[in-house]
Amino acid sequence: MPSITKPLIPLAPLAKNELGLTIRDYEGAMSTLCAGCGHDSVTAAITHAFWELSTPPHMIAKLSGIGCSSKTPTYFVRGAHGFNSAHGRMATIATGAYAANRELTYLGISGDGDSLSIGLGHMAHAIRRNVKMVYVIENNGVYGLTKGQLSASADIGSRPKKGEANVIAPIDPIMLGLSLGATFLARSFSGDKEQLIPILKAAVAHNGLALIDVISPCVTFNDHEGSTKSYRFMREHEVKEVVADFVPLRREIHASIPADGTRVVPMHDGSIVRFRSVPEDYDPRDRSRVEEYIREHQARGEVVTGLLYVDESGQTPHQMGHTPATGLNKVAFSDLCPGSAALEALQEDFR
Amino acid sequence: MSLDFAPTHAPAVNDFSVKLANVNGTGSASANSLLMQAIFRMGVPVSGKNLFPSNIQGLPTWYEIRVNALGHTARSLDYDLMVAMNSATYREDIADVVQGGYVLYDSSWPLDPDLAREDVTFLGVPLATMCIENFVAPRERILMKNIAYAGSLVALLGIDADIVSQLLAETFSRNEHLRESNQKALQLGYDYAIANFSCPLPFSVAPMDATSESILIDGNTAAALGCLYAGATVTGWYPITPATAVMDNFQRLCQKYRRVAVVDENGETTYENNFLIVQAEDEIAAIGIVLGASWSGARSFTSTSGPGISLMNELLGLAYYTEIPAVVIDVQRTGPSTGMPTRTQQADILLCAYASHGDTKHILVFPANPAECFEMAVTCFDLAERFQTPVFMLSDLDIGMNDWVVPKLTWDDNFTPDRGRVLSDVDLAGMKEFFRYAHEDAEHVSARTLPGSDEKGAYFIRGSGHDQFGRYTEKPEEYQQVVDRLKLKHAASAAHVPAPLVESREDARVGLLTLGSCDLAVREARDLLVAAGVACDFMRVRGFPFVEDVRAFVEGHDHCFVIEQNRDGQLRTLIAAETGAPREAMTSILAYGGFPLSARTVVDAVTEHLEG
Repeated sequence: MPSITKPLIPLAPLAKNELGLTIRDYEGAMSTLCAGCGHDSVTAAITHAFWELSTPPHMIAKLSGIGCSSKTPTYFVRGAHGFNSAHGRMATIATGAYAANRELTYLGISGDGDSLSIGLGHMAHAIRRNVKMVYVIENNGVYGLTKGQLSASADIGSRPKKGEANVIAPIDPIMLGLSLGATFLARSFSGDKEQLIPILKAAVAHNGLALIDVISPCVTFNDHEGSTKSYRFMREHEVKEVVADFVPLRREIHASIPADGTRVVPMHDGSIVRFRSVPEDYDPRDRSRVEEYIREHQARGEVVTGLLYVDESGQTPHQMGHTPATGLNKVAFSDLCPGSAALEALQEDFR
Repeated sequence: MSLDFAPTHAPAVNDFSVKLANVNGTGSASANSLLMQAIFRMGVPVSGKNLFPSNIQGLPTWYEIRVNALGHTARSLDYDLMVAMNSATYREDIADVVQGGYVLYDSSWPLDPDLAREDVTFLGVPLATMCIENFVAPRERILMKNIAYAGSLVALLGIDADIVSQLLAETFSRNEHLRESNQKALQLGYDYAIANFSCPLPFSVAPMDATSESILIDGNTAAALGCLYAGATVTGWYPITPATAVMDNFQRLCQKYRRVAVVDENGETTYENNFLIVQAEDEIAAIGIVLGASWSGARSFTSTSGPGISLMNELLGLAYYTEIPAVVIDVQRTGPSTGMPTRTQQADILLCAYASHGDTKHILVFPANPAECFEMAVTCFDLAERFQTPVFMLSDLDIGMNDWVVPKLTWDDNFTPDRGRVLSDVDLAGMKEFFRYAHEDAEHVSARTLPGSDEKGAYFIRGSGHDQFGRYTEKPEEYQQVVDRLKLKHAASAAHVPAPLVESREDARVGLLTLGSCDLAVREARDLLVAAGVACDFMRVRGFPFVEDVRAFVEGHDHCFVIEQNRDGQLRTLIAAETGAPREAMTSILAYGGFPLSARTVVDAVTEHLEG
């Protein structure tokens, strides 16, 4: 993937975040994706989210697999540590990295080929383990780099640019996540930065794996009539009844918390997710209701977006494993090696 | 060339073999290892080899005990005593005994006259009857038969009964009832043998002082200990025979040595674990976890067997090309495919040497016994981090799952791990710019940074084509510059892998070259050949890439035999391909049926070749 350095053109003074960094400090190399690609909008949303959160760039690890989506980590936060791994294997590398150093913010970027076909098992198990990471699927329903084959997320009846309509049932990462015990599930649309940015910020604050399925149209291979992952289809069929804002820890909270508390979800780090609007009887912490709600809309050919499900009570692998609060990679060798006296003693068991 | 060679087998005190034929899942394993452990405590060199089926219950299983004062404890093929406890395999087991040998069987039922052999002595012990008469619980009646035959063997082989009782007391220290039952069964068998046979037999055990500085340990436990001492903190693994016990033991050891008591904010004492073990969804994930953790600067490893290596190939190539450390412990079993999961082989040599597509070459170490599993596991982490690449330890089922008598493990408290070239933020501050694959050292290793280090050290790992700066490239010369350096880096590691062990004698025209668990059998074969007038040199390679000495050894002998446990002569192929030593200068001696090598196989093959 060619990486082209983006020219840093001095503009009018840019706003600075708490670290004194501008949005430019969270950008990466120039994108080499097709003009109009949905993924570039996701890149822009990620850039904004991290800038707004004031996350130190070097404390971010951005990982990906293989595919158009997996190219994008070069296009944001150049000061972050990047790992473009193998097709479908991003979740495994992220799991190991997180196991070794829990102090970083892990962001995995993946696509529907990467996560719903070749890497489906790894994604499912990362969800089950509740690895603390933001897991973004840039979902366009096709394989772009190999020129337009339908992916596992293509809806029944969805037509590739050439050839027959799809007749095989799609894999919906949100429904899958619900069945696997996921603790944070959101769906968004790359064309809706306003919705995506707060979701990304809440995902970073989440204590566990935050899965965000972003419908991100492929302008070259899947933006035509008959596609259910096109800009037009999404604009006509998106249902945005679940609207959530992210309120960071440091800001004064003005949200009025309803008596039942269902519309405000306190995050592990003290920040909160405030649901500005949700349908009557919708509870983003009620797994079966969320599932039912998505299904009802799917039956009508609608795509529900928003932060659909949150459960902050889950345990991360480090909590389950009772590891130290700092990274295991920082434990001194002298604390890891039991030494000669212990070796001498333990060998009594081998006599 | 004609040889003055007529090996005759004559069992004697501290020189004999016993084979025990059992039914899997009947509790025989503990009785068999009890005997082996008792002989070890008597100070006598001994080995115990479990030849077991891939089954939980019902299939035939064998255990072989070899006692040898000189330490020749490779698998023997001459069984002086057969304990025939499996009626389903009576015929083959009885046929397996040497002329003049003995068969101990359960005489509760008459032996089929068809099975009689004039040249062996049958020792009938009514084990089932004895246990039915003396035990009430159905489970005990079955289990205690094993301890009862062990009792008879204690008498027949002159094993110290007090040591056996002491071992039972240690094993059942928390269950007095079980200790009593076992002791009673032991006594029943013992008393019967004393009363009915002439004890001890002409071959038996006499106390020595050859094992007081030794331990009895299996390779998987020793490898886990090595990983503990090396400072490994993160592992990814998937259960597989025969490697599972590596991680089981690592977990057990971590729970004992890596659990730190801490006082929390409420003043309550809790604990923290300086380790995280992830049971992965498959071996692909297992190695992915290792790469993620190693990238982040933790020492990380996985343990697996051949089928797991097959699955890991893709990410091993990624690790090689992006230069991420990884330690893989491969406890080899019989392939290809599922093969024979509970049988041993050394058939992953080429798979590991060149794992993954494209031009790849990896560092391998070949332990020969559990003591080397311990030492070399530590070496693996140093090599992996120094050379920023995957390192494989090729153990096998024989080493990994059998108990071996090895010298006590030692540890140097001054040991400092070699963490390789890793830049700190201070280092970065003093640099104009950081490029991941530039500024190689004399061994062609470039410095790396860890995620979390200063922005200046941030870079983008990519498995796609990259230049020395870490940038994407499709330009031939830029691509080649990187892969050429990787080749040089691999070659440079030869000076750091464990050196070959060589034992030479004057004027030897025959060279015996081997690796891994063939060690004891080949050494014994060498002694037998020398005794027959064939001067032999011995070399055991312990690491790949090979040092120049390997080629010199091959070329320095009129006859160089390469002895290994696979069908295709993989070590020979690797030596020929990588050292330039002519393939035809090496004669393969191969044992690959799944059971450990014995000296006889080697002696016969060498003799046949030299005489032919």
